[in-house]
Amino acid sequence: MNNERYELNKELAQMLKGGVIMDVTNSDQAKIAEEAGACAVMALERIPADIRASGGISRMSDPKLIKEIQEAVSIPVMAKVRIGHFVEAQILEALEIDYIDESEVLSPADDIYHIDKTKFNVPFVCGAKNLGEALRRIEEGAAMIRTKGEPGTGDVIQAVVHMRKIMGEMRNIQSLREDELFEKAKQLQVQVDLLKYVKENGKLPVVNFAAGGVATPADAALMMQLGAEGVFVGSGIFKSGNPKKRAKAIVQAVTNYDDPKLLAKLSEDLGEAMVGINEDEIDLLMRQRGE
Amino acid sequence: MQIGVLALQGAFIEHRKMFEKLGVETFEIRNPSCLEKDMDGLVIPGGESTTMFKLLNDLGMVERIKTLIKNGLPVLGTCAGLILLANKVENYKRSFLKSMDIIALKNAYGRQLGSFKTFGEFDGVKKIPFIFIRAPYIKSVGSSVEILATHREKIVAAREKNILVTAFHPELANNTYIHEYFINIVTESKH
Repeated sequence: MNNERYELNKELAQMLKGGVIMDVTNSDQAKIAEEAGACAVMALERIPADIRASGGISRMSDPKLIKEIQEAVSIPVMAKVRIGHFVEAQILEALEIDYIDESEVLSPADDIYHIDKTKFNVPFVCGAKNLGEALRRIEEGAAMIRTKGEPGTGDVIQAVVHMRKIMGEMRNIQSLREDELFEKAKQLQVQVDLLKYVKENGKLPVVNFAAGGVATPADAALMMQLGAEGVFVGSGIFKSGNPKKRAKAIVQAVTNYDDPKLLAKLSEDLGEAMVGINEDEIDLLMRQRGE
Repeated sequence: MQIGVLALQGAFIEHRKMFEKLGVETFEIRNPSCLEKDMDGLVIPGGESTTMFKLLNDLGMVERIKTLIKNGLPVLGTCAGLILLANKVENYKRSFLKSMDIIALKNAYGRQLGSFKTFGEFDGVKKIPFIFIRAPYIKSVGSSVEILATHREKIVAAREKNILVTAFHPELANNTYIHEYFINIVTESKH
């Protein structure tokens, strides 16, 4: 990937800002998501809550499913590959996917190496729990970052922890002297140039979304107020009582995240939220996959 | 001068920064009450057209915006903004604000792998950066529409009276020419 292509890929993420990216498992759900105002969809065979429930190895989706979803909607289509599985990524690139999510939601294919994302022309989004992780992924070529959260739980706590951590660490970088950045770069195992960017701009050099456990309009607005530039909603929509209404409400909540009166209206009568599980009730912590 | 930037979704901050560079004040439009503020021009930014229109509709802003444009409010639409303003979107099941006599083609250059950057001539001025991200182009224009830029024979910028549209993203470029051009339209309209 040359530098110009990387810029274009970061710029596509800029176009997604202020939007909601929804997990969908078939073309009907993709259409519902588009109608509800999703700015992109994530095509996958099973949503994280079901991956948790059924266990086993979770892999890239069937290309047939991805093609059907690409046919069904005009908004960007993303899909997930296993951490380190560069051949799954090559396959998605061959399908002309709009964004690849190298995702801890799927079973990792490599416990040391992430994909060298600079070798691809399609853009990648990666998860991060803290600033070091985010910048390491950017160094590897990620054009967009999202919090990891704890997918498939309907529990927003980890997304909150990760977003606060990343934002807090960036404020800390801004308070450092320039000559202190070198030591910080060593600690975080990243290039000092990336830290210089953070110090100057107070933000990541790519767009940063929230993901993992977002289930309500209030959750989405919370993440936006904490500094997210947009929101991924996975299991939260199609595991709820009234997906259409909830999807639409979350889309509006992300736009008007600081308008409590409107949020109150949006939160009304949405039917049952996804049941959700507490993280101490689960055995598998997906966020620990891939540092 | 006060420019309202539609801030429902997409790259609205980038537009505000361009105007800031030019010393022009802007404000964000997120709900119907914002449309009642003193506004000399309106920007509809890049983003997802279906998302933006859905929000315009759900928030009850469609008719007011259409009326403002019809009454001569200068408007700049980039990428998704062009699609929203077009009378017709040929390869999509519906059209949106239907304010401008053009027929647009959505995702005309294909998916993200088809996104590209080049330089082109805009209204006779050479070397303007054209950044196309899953961009549309204009397939045809009505008689009152002035074509301002083409790329490989496709129309990528046009003006009809108070409405200026580009298929590319001037808000992402390191060049303020298009924004200056729009400010001139706003200034003209005030006289």
